[in-house]
Amino acid sequence: MSNDFDIAKVASLARIALTNEELEQYASQLSVILEHAERVQALPTDGVEPTSHPLPMVNGFRPDEVTECLDRDSFLGEAPDSQDGQFRVPRILG
Amino acid sequence: MSDLADLSIVEAAAGLRRGAFSAVDLLEAVSRRASITEAQLHSYLTLDAAGAKRAAEAADAAFAAGTDVGPLQGIPIALKDNMCTMGIETTASSQILAGWKPPYDATVVRRLKAAGAVLTGKTNLDEFAMGSSTENSAFGETRNPGNPAYVPGGSSGGSAATVAVGSAFGSLGSDTGGSIRQPAALCGVVGMKPTYGLVSRYGLIAFASSLDQIGPFARSVEDSAMILDAIAGWDRFDATSIDGPVPNLAGSLSKGVEGLRVGVVTELMGDGIDPQVASAVAAMIDKLSDAGAEIVEVGLPSSEYALSAYYLIAPAECSANLARFDGVRYGHRSEREGTTEDMMAFSRAEGFGPEVIRRILLGTYALSAGYYDAFYGQAQRVRTLVRNDFASAYEQVDVLVSPTSPTTAFPVGERAADPIAMYYSDVCTIPSNLSGDPAISVPVALDDAGLPIGFQIMAPALGEELMYQVAAAVETLAGFSARPPLASSEVMAP
Repeated sequence: MSNDFDIAKVASLARIALTNEELEQYASQLSVILEHAERVQALPTDGVEPTSHPLPMVNGFRPDEVTECLDRDSFLGEAPDSQDGQFRVPRILG
Repeated sequence: MSDLADLSIVEAAAGLRRGAFSAVDLLEAVSRRASITEAQLHSYLTLDAAGAKRAAEAADAAFAAGTDVGPLQGIPIALKDNMCTMGIETTASSQILAGWKPPYDATVVRRLKAAGAVLTGKTNLDEFAMGSSTENSAFGETRNPGNPAYVPGGSSGGSAATVAVGSAFGSLGSDTGGSIRQPAALCGVVGMKPTYGLVSRYGLIAFASSLDQIGPFARSVEDSAMILDAIAGWDRFDATSIDGPVPNLAGSLSKGVEGLRVGVVTELMGDGIDPQVASAVAAMIDKLSDAGAEIVEVGLPSSEYALSAYYLIAPAECSANLARFDGVRYGHRSEREGTTEDMMAFSRAEGFGPEVIRRILLGTYALSAGYYDAFYGQAQRVRTLVRNDFASAYEQVDVLVSPTSPTTAFPVGERAADPIAMYYSDVCTIPSNLSGDPAISVPVALDDAGLPIGFQIMAPALGEELMYQVAAAVETLAGFSARPPLASSEVMAP
């Protein structure tokens, strides 16, 4: 299973622009790591419920009260680009 | 004890209240120590000299006015650089966050400030806490205080090293798979991961949210308890923080181990554990037995698969958490021409280091359509088996013990090109992250090369009182007082 993954597709899903050389390098490293990770499949887990979280989490409810929040300028001041009180990005369409 | 920087927090707190010295004196002592050790050690990324001075002066003014908010008042404490500090650069050791100044403080930072602590600065880590050696920092590696040719462990290597040499009295780290306990072991200090949910994660730059916990580094078990006491407790800003009573640690430190059942984890004492580490751990187990503890061999059979499960769960969660670094709201944005989507992909490729990219790719793959159940789903079922193993073990014993790290510190560069060898560093610590239970590492001995060996004590969820009770006994039985050569007076002499 570890040898058939499409590294270019994975990098694209992860939104990381890698060169062909980098893709090859990561592909070979990941196949080694996946071989170890695949060991989990050796363990019989029929009927075992998955644990996604260590705590038995249920929804936490609180009163819907107005509280202080951080001001917009303190966030926009750290953004790479902003305009008219909003984050600014390059064009969306290619 | 000729230098204030070598005092424990307990001793420093007593001296401050006697008027033997001031908080400014303590800060000057750790700053002087840093000025000697940092050139070799590189434990800090940012020193906040001005802010620390203001805080120390404020602490002295408070003492003068008769105000005492608790044992950390006036004590210099360092923070791992993945915890947000308002107006102070916070990078997680990544180029993608270089220069970023958070607009708010993490809850642990707010609590330390409220406790009167003097925050000295931000310590080095493996980028986004991904690593076991602090070699994966975008801003240069940290070295081991015992021998600068060796790694300090990681990912909280800077926080461990600074406490070991006395350029802070204590520090905070974060532990996702052992990132507090393993560097504590390799640097010869006490490092502790609380029960998941005991300490708020608000303002901690997330790596793997179901595993991450913040905890203290200190030079003694009692100091560690004092720091944990200041940061523990429910926080409305962290929906996963536990809304309940916090452990009362002060009362449990002197109770000893007589009559306690101590479980030795068979799977963590055999193959793959360095013989010197195994023999130091076995020697401590004998001492615990002599001190009246009942020693029981117990198995955690699924722990063999814990490492593999962890290296699916943690990357899966990291690939989701690190999606936020896209060059839009904060951090690095690529200068290259293109659409917004191109900009995101370029920014991430330029900003993330190789280990972070490896884990994002691994996690993205493990979560992608067609593979989700075979990898992530199966890893989560293994996580259940690990938890079940712990639950059965705790039916027979009160606490579990093992080595913290299978080896002592390894040479810089030795495992850098071999991710699997690096991942194996966390084989003894990862099970507690998967279970969400607390665990602590206490230094017990040095190996032949003079490098520290850590002894791990694990307890059931919210079993911190019992865990600290055993840790304090282990500390006393070990009589470990070795200070790293970098903190010695010979190095300090001009």
